[in-house]
Amino acid sequence: MTAMALEHCDLLIVGAGPAGMAAAVAAAPSGASIAVIDDNPAPGGQIWRDGPGASLPVAARTWRDALERHSNIRVCSGTRVVAAPARNELLLEDAERGWRMQWNKLILCTGARELLLPFPGWTLPGVTGAGGLQALIKAGLPVEGERIVVAGSGPLLLAAAATVRAAGAKVVRVAEQASFAAVAGFAASLLRWPGKAIQAVTLADGQYRTSSRIVSAHGGAQVESVRLLQGDREVEIACERVACGFGLTPNTQLGRMLGCALATADGGAQALAVDALQATSLPGIYAAGECTGFGGSERALVQGTIAGHAAVGNERAAKPHEAERARWNAFAARLHRSFALGPAIRQMPQPGTLVCRCEDVPFSALADCSGWTDAKLHRRCGMGACQGRVCGDAAQFLFGWTPPAPRPPLSPARIATLAGLAGHEDVDRQ
Amino acid sequence: MSGQTLLHIDGHLVRVKAGSSVAAALRVAGGMGVARTSVTGQPRAPFCGMGVCQECRVLIDGRRRLACQAVCAEGMRVETSG
Repeated sequence: MTAMALEHCDLLIVGAGPAGMAAAVAAAPSGASIAVIDDNPAPGGQIWRDGPGASLPVAARTWRDALERHSNIRVCSGTRVVAAPARNELLLEDAERGWRMQWNKLILCTGARELLLPFPGWTLPGVTGAGGLQALIKAGLPVEGERIVVAGSGPLLLAAAATVRAAGAKVVRVAEQASFAAVAGFAASLLRWPGKAIQAVTLADGQYRTSSRIVSAHGGAQVESVRLLQGDREVEIACERVACGFGLTPNTQLGRMLGCALATADGGAQALAVDALQATSLPGIYAAGECTGFGGSERALVQGTIAGHAAVGNERAAKPHEAERARWNAFAARLHRSFALGPAIRQMPQPGTLVCRCEDVPFSALADCSGWTDAKLHRRCGMGACQGRVCGDAAQFLFGWTPPAPRPPLSPARIATLAGLAGHEDVDRQ
Repeated sequence: MSGQTLLHIDGHLVRVKAGSSVAAALRVAGGMGVARTSVTGQPRAPFCGMGVCQECRVLIDGRRRLACQAVCAEGMRVETSG
């Protein structure tokens, strides 16, 4: 058996976005040894992603500084969870090594990923997620001079358009599938959350169209144009990039693999179920932020704070934050109501449109499948490197299929790391 | 985050802003930053931008990593499968 390092911490936090940062900072005064692991190069999550193309808001710097101030918080960036080889233990991997980490308490702050839905041409180079394009630009992707169409649903489209414009590209259209009435209703409701109203005003965009959706992207080696349906009128727009975001999906894989129960969050997504103290259905395991349902960074911060206090046994300190959490939960509910995806979005894929991008499985091959397992076994859908994270979400949306709980390895890992699992089970499952 | 980083992509020297991701460097190297060829021969470029879709997987100094989550380092050798 390969000798593999075994480390220990009192509190392990998976995810260094707003929820994970707030959890670590809330738990730190207890003196507990805290490890925060995150698969990105630096803490901040998706919303506060740092890089040569990023301008971090003050809040992001404040939280990062707070993390650094506590000597009992260790941040492991560029680190992924591979498996859960034994109780209270995770197998981790970074660019250099694999190691086992034992914990007494665990807080899952695994965030959310974009819901990426298939349409003709979505595999062309130049098509990205909307939040995905933001992330790429922050990490230095040059887009200066490019013409970019942003399409999908939700306030993230405007945020993506603002990032694109600040990076020197031209936003030639923002296509929102929700109706004008739904968007106007949402905008009016923002008076209840003044900070959000100010954000919305700063993001206003002259190219914004409601009741508009993507039909197809076209081009040879890369995107050259996009067809949109605006109301009942089809238009073609020349562009180099298409950024699509249809909302967010909670990252529940790790929680599900551990056996945490799920609940239906606002908007119908399956999210990790938590109680008033952010505790999951499993003892010693908490969850905070968007893995418990999409709702923005303010909600994630307050949930993380509650989870951090609760995980070190300081439930009294968690209590005063409940009112603020309720306020942001209400915001999340309003958001989901306003930007619920309409039935036309399900009509986007054509028979030849690839649904599984890893195994190149077209929509037509899935239409007669009885469910996810059938599609996987007989069509190889979800059998590739992303392990069904993209096509599984798409299939759930298009066909209503529920993928089964994920199995290890949770992410593609090196053989040397996986060797850490060998001969290990008999020792620890006693 | 000042200065620049020089790295090799498929044997070609590419200069990027220090701190850039390998995904950004693929774009600087040319085209829309194709990272791999799909099982049916289609070119694929970074898509989700956040380590989920695996479309941007490349070999970095001989190890398979995601271009969107790897930061460029001086002298790094990146190989695409395109």
